[in-house]
Amino acid sequence: MTGYILKRTLQAIPTLLGVSTLIFFLMHAAPGDPTSIYIRPDIDPAVIEQMRKNLGLDQPVHVQYVKWLSSFARGDFGYSFSQKRPIIDIIKDTLPNTLLLSAIALVIIFVVGILIGTIQAVRQYSWVDNLATVVAFFFYSMPSFWFGLMLILLLSYKFQLLPASQMTSVNYEFLPASQQWVDRLKHLIMPATALGIGGAASVARYMRSGMLEQIRQDYVRTARAKGLSERVVIFKHAMRNALIPVITLLGLYLPFLVGGAVLIETIFAWPGMGRLIVQAIFQRDYPVVLAIAFVSAIMVILGSLLADILYSIVDPRVTVEEGEA
Amino acid sequence: METALRGVAEPEQPAARPSARQARKPWAIGLSAVVPGVGSLAIGRIAVGSWILGIWAIAMATLAVSTEDVSRTLTVGGVGHWIALVTLAITLVGVWIWGILDVAVVATRPVKRAGVSQWRIAGRRFRRNRLAMAGLAIMVFLYWVTLMAPFLAPYDPNFQGNIVLNRYQSPSMEHFLGTDKFGRDIFSRILYGARISLSIGFISVAISVTLGTLVGAMAGYFRGWIDTGIARLIDMMLSIPRIILLLVIIAMFEPNIFLLVAALGFTGWEGSARIVRGQFLSLREQEFVQASRALGYSDWRIILRHILPNTLAPIIVIATLGIGNVILLEAALSFLGLGVQPPTASWGSMVDDGRDAMITAWWISTYPGLAIVLTVVAFNLLGDGLRDALDPRLRT
Repeated sequence: MTGYILKRTLQAIPTLLGVSTLIFFLMHAAPGDPTSIYIRPDIDPAVIEQMRKNLGLDQPVHVQYVKWLSSFARGDFGYSFSQKRPIIDIIKDTLPNTLLLSAIALVIIFVVGILIGTIQAVRQYSWVDNLATVVAFFFYSMPSFWFGLMLILLLSYKFQLLPASQMTSVNYEFLPASQQWVDRLKHLIMPATALGIGGAASVARYMRSGMLEQIRQDYVRTARAKGLSERVVIFKHAMRNALIPVITLLGLYLPFLVGGAVLIETIFAWPGMGRLIVQAIFQRDYPVVLAIAFVSAIMVILGSLLADILYSIVDPRVTVEEGEA
Repeated sequence: METALRGVAEPEQPAARPSARQARKPWAIGLSAVVPGVGSLAIGRIAVGSWILGIWAIAMATLAVSTEDVSRTLTVGGVGHWIALVTLAITLVGVWIWGILDVAVVATRPVKRAGVSQWRIAGRRFRRNRLAMAGLAIMVFLYWVTLMAPFLAPYDPNFQGNIVLNRYQSPSMEHFLGTDKFGRDIFSRILYGARISLSIGFISVAISVTLGTLVGAMAGYFRGWIDTGIARLIDMMLSIPRIILLLVIIAMFEPNIFLLVAALGFTGWEGSARIVRGQFLSLREQEFVQASRALGYSDWRIILRHILPNTLAPIIVIATLGIGNVILLEAALSFLGLGVQPPTASWGSMVDDGRDAMITAWWISTYPGLAIVLTVVAFNLLGDGLRDALDPRLRT
């Protein structure tokens, strides 16, 4: 087991190195360099030249690459042009918010998906099953940003149940501690639902087929024959085995969540990394864009590492295969 | 795969097609010549007859509402209008011929007993899947609409008219789905927006699936360091969320439609590469590949002519499902203002247009979103149906 975890962790390192290389070359493929925004008739070309020297842009590409890589490894992502402060500070401010949103969305994906999939499997071909299949299909095909807007339209504007944007209300500071929790929760519900619903629909689909497969197995019949209640048979015996393939989906949904956060955070004015990258693009703040791309890649790699380790704990038969894509 | 398909072929009964092998009925042919489909309905071919009649009705209705456009095309012209006119003419003539052929030839053709190919079995299984057929019908209809947009759209998609009077009009007989903040007709914009979504979807998936197939074929066929290298590359690409990678690429350049197609095409190839690689790994060990090697064929000839045709089924499935996915991504990027640029109508940017007037004019964001949902549902239904028909083992 420890060997597997170690092997799998070591495998993540070249991937990370590759991602950072890819990002570096993307940065260099872009026309112009960071100093090109200063090229104006009133600025002496010698000043620009000095700037390039200061930033190390006059050095050969491979030297720049090594320097850039070592600073990235130390967590130094450079300096944001638009916010006038180190990028690492900006990321420290926004990353926890994105993680919170993604974590809640992940909970929604798996709890809702597993529950609905199980109910569907237990009541196969009933109207509940058919309805859930159709509804799940639509949610699966729905653009998350549009669903988010529809939620705002209905729940915020029409019925005025939930706040439409930000993480907290304007008067958050003046609320008593108990109310602060409620306030935060209220602000979380809609974005997390919009982010998670598509994933929940597809988890339900996998869960339904996995559960159907398990219910027909002999050990389930044995459990029923022993006189166990249906609840115990389904939730304790069948579900445990049906969950194994669903856990692999965990690694699959991480890129989906990190990417989806871009749209959801923009709609709900959620102060996270996703909204930041969109703002940075419009402000032409490339170092921020690339740093966020790198941080999200780290999140995805760590997430899938975690999912694989979890999977190896649940199903000890798993081993690292050489050359497996 | 072949054995599996052959196994399923057994229960095929001639009784499944009771209307086949009928005597030729001249009166039914006559009926179909007057109104396509009626003849088929009269001799009991209900399903086919309804399809023919339905398509005929839609085409005729289009002709009826666009008589002005037709005459304008003939006098003024314009490439878009001519394409629409030719499409309409082909549709009408095609359906008419189909209606007659169905009664005169298909219904009287004897039932074939032997020699059923793998593709024909899959086609039969696909036709029996009603949901998949619905998806196919919606998809064909959508592509037809993109060609017919100049005739079907009541207004020019960028026509603003009297902006003070026309803006934010709620849905009415004049503007089916209302107008936006510039007084542009939402319905017309959705029709033209279909062009953007569907063509971007088709072209970029064509690029990514071709690329993925080639890469996957190389990895699976040559193995060794090529395979390892490609596997690492795929791991890398998959660890950057696709939308963030797209954002990075677009951020580096000016957003425009060609960049969008290229970026979407060059980022989504990992899925097909993985599947094709897996297929190649198992197929390359089979006897027919050994035989071609013994005959001295070159590697590329074996890859392209001998192995690749056997992997076509999963490639088709992944391409269909990929189009739905790409349409969602394009909409997302356009929604963020980083995809198709205004004033070109795109579903994603239309949803964005309505954001600042959600309370007063809900229809601006709602209807384009519904169009996206309908389209993606159609492609997903079609993809699922194709998967079930082509390779039942892949069913989830």
